[in-house]
Amino acid sequence: MSAEAFRPIQETRPVAEISAVRRRPRTVDAVAVWVTQAMLGIWALLVIFPFVWMIMTSLKTDGEIIASPWELPSALQWDNFARAWTDARIGRFFVNTIIVLAGSLTGTLLVSAMAAYVLARFVFPGRQFIYFAFAAGLMFPVYLALVPLYFLVDDLDRFGLGLATYQSLILVYIAYSLPFTIFFLTAFFKTLPSELGEAAILDGASHYQIFFQVMLPLAKPGLIAMGIFNFLGQWNQFLLPLVLMPETLDPDKLMLSQGLYFLSIQGTYDSDYSALFAAMVITMIPTLIVYILFQRRLEAGLTAGALKG
Amino acid sequence: MHYHKYRLIVPFLMPAVLLYGIFVIWPYAQAIYISLTSWRGYSNNKPFVGLDNYRNLWEDERLREGLTRNGQLLIVLPLVTIAIALTFAALFTQGGQSVRGAGFYRIVFFFPQVIPVVIVGILWSYVYQPNAGLLNGVLRNIGLDGATRSWLTDPTMVLWAVAAVAVWSSVGFYMVIFLASMQSIPTSFYEAAILDGAGRWRSFKDITFPLIWESVRTALIYLAIAALDFFILVAVLAGGTTTMGARRAEVAALYLYNRAFEDNRWGIASAIGVLLLVLTLLLSVGIMRVTRRETYEF
Repeated sequence: MSAEAFRPIQETRPVAEISAVRRRPRTVDAVAVWVTQAMLGIWALLVIFPFVWMIMTSLKTDGEIIASPWELPSALQWDNFARAWTDARIGRFFVNTIIVLAGSLTGTLLVSAMAAYVLARFVFPGRQFIYFAFAAGLMFPVYLALVPLYFLVDDLDRFGLGLATYQSLILVYIAYSLPFTIFFLTAFFKTLPSELGEAAILDGASHYQIFFQVMLPLAKPGLIAMGIFNFLGQWNQFLLPLVLMPETLDPDKLMLSQGLYFLSIQGTYDSDYSALFAAMVITMIPTLIVYILFQRRLEAGLTAGALKG
Repeated sequence: MHYHKYRLIVPFLMPAVLLYGIFVIWPYAQAIYISLTSWRGYSNNKPFVGLDNYRNLWEDERLREGLTRNGQLLIVLPLVTIAIALTFAALFTQGGQSVRGAGFYRIVFFFPQVIPVVIVGILWSYVYQPNAGLLNGVLRNIGLDGATRSWLTDPTMVLWAVAAVAVWSSVGFYMVIFLASMQSIPTSFYEAAILDGAGRWRSFKDITFPLIWESVRTALIYLAIAALDFFILVAVLAGGTTTMGARRAEVAALYLYNRAFEDNRWGIASAIGVLLLVLTLLLSVGIMRVTRRETYEF
């Protein structure tokens, strides 16, 4: 992988130009274009429609949702969002998620960047072993670790961790984000020219200064890609909080996706469907914003990781 | 330059190695040990039973059913997902005059991949609802009343209803991977093919496909791993891990979860997990071996 990978992927103009050279009847091309548009359009509709329906439903009354699930709301029920935020405690879970992510994202990037830098640019015994130990983590299914992890975190309460605490979840999120982030950043640091570090050494800079003042700023594109990737991954994380933030221990510490899951299961009893849909919209908004803002970078980063994986 | 390097290497690696060792490696190692015990609950007493759990798995009808479902997914999921994703990627790059709205389609297709899986699950459970659900509504509107059913409890349909959601949410991701790979192919290759009179299909089959083979391989491995897991999507769509729908689409990983968190049979649950891990690793290595081809440098 090279730093090139982070440049937005360009539309392929040249292929389009070639088709001008192509000696084919125009009608065939017209049909092909039409079929292409139809297929892409149908899939786009299939993707968009459920989300539009979800937003529409979040603005209806419970009665309307059941009686006329297809029709537009007769009046916009903004109150659903207020009920979701306070009564269904989505606001509380939102804040919890922000607190945990503030710690875990910073931690993931810092810890991974330091390790990746060392793995990419220094030769020492055990380097290959450590690198592969991290890379192997990409293949481990999380569910296998759930049971021991639950008891481990419970045991660690004498060190200030324990179940249903932010700090435990932060450390666990960091640990489970390391394989991909280190894997990705190691490849990234390898692409930075080695002369840079050497020049700084000659100027009398220490290894630490080189890392924080030369290398980290240069690695910014890679760090941003991993920041976005991990934001989405950790925001969407479901299994780890389900096990490590048990509702029975502290119902106020739930993460968003977990709270949403419980709300959807309970929903069948309380039948406050409109608040559930409002809660889904609230949960989706941050991912939507991050995705729209950073879509190109995320795509470039992910595909670079996948292609070289 | 590397004179005092260990003063940097050790403190820089330490946090990552410690966190990874404590919260990732150690639980997995423990899971292997627990799989050799008949541990049944919160007591610290973990009677060692050797390979008994594994022997019992051999007889376990419910696990066999679960693995059969994983096997079905393993065949269908990669095939369908890759076929659709490749088609879209090819349409983007070869669809004659540059596809109108290409940028928009890319953003839209990729979107389900970044949405919390819980939302995807809840949303689709409403799409599949028997009475007010979108899918049955569409079927009734186009006069296919006979095709309507209770998608998430129907024994023959539920697994495929869940699989369809998986395809829906991941097609965009694989499309983008294939696209990136296709766009790195020099256009001179296509120019040469066109001068030789090759049509769209020929140039896709003989130029594009061989040159993006590496990314197809990667996709195969990712999808195979997903097919062996599949637990969260079933649980969320079926509205819990023990509902009727969940039971009828119970994949091995969901059975593991229920054995552990519903029945407190931690020993057996861990044995299932180890078995799944071994299967996943074998499968990944197997796919890598079988699909190894000469790579073309360009």
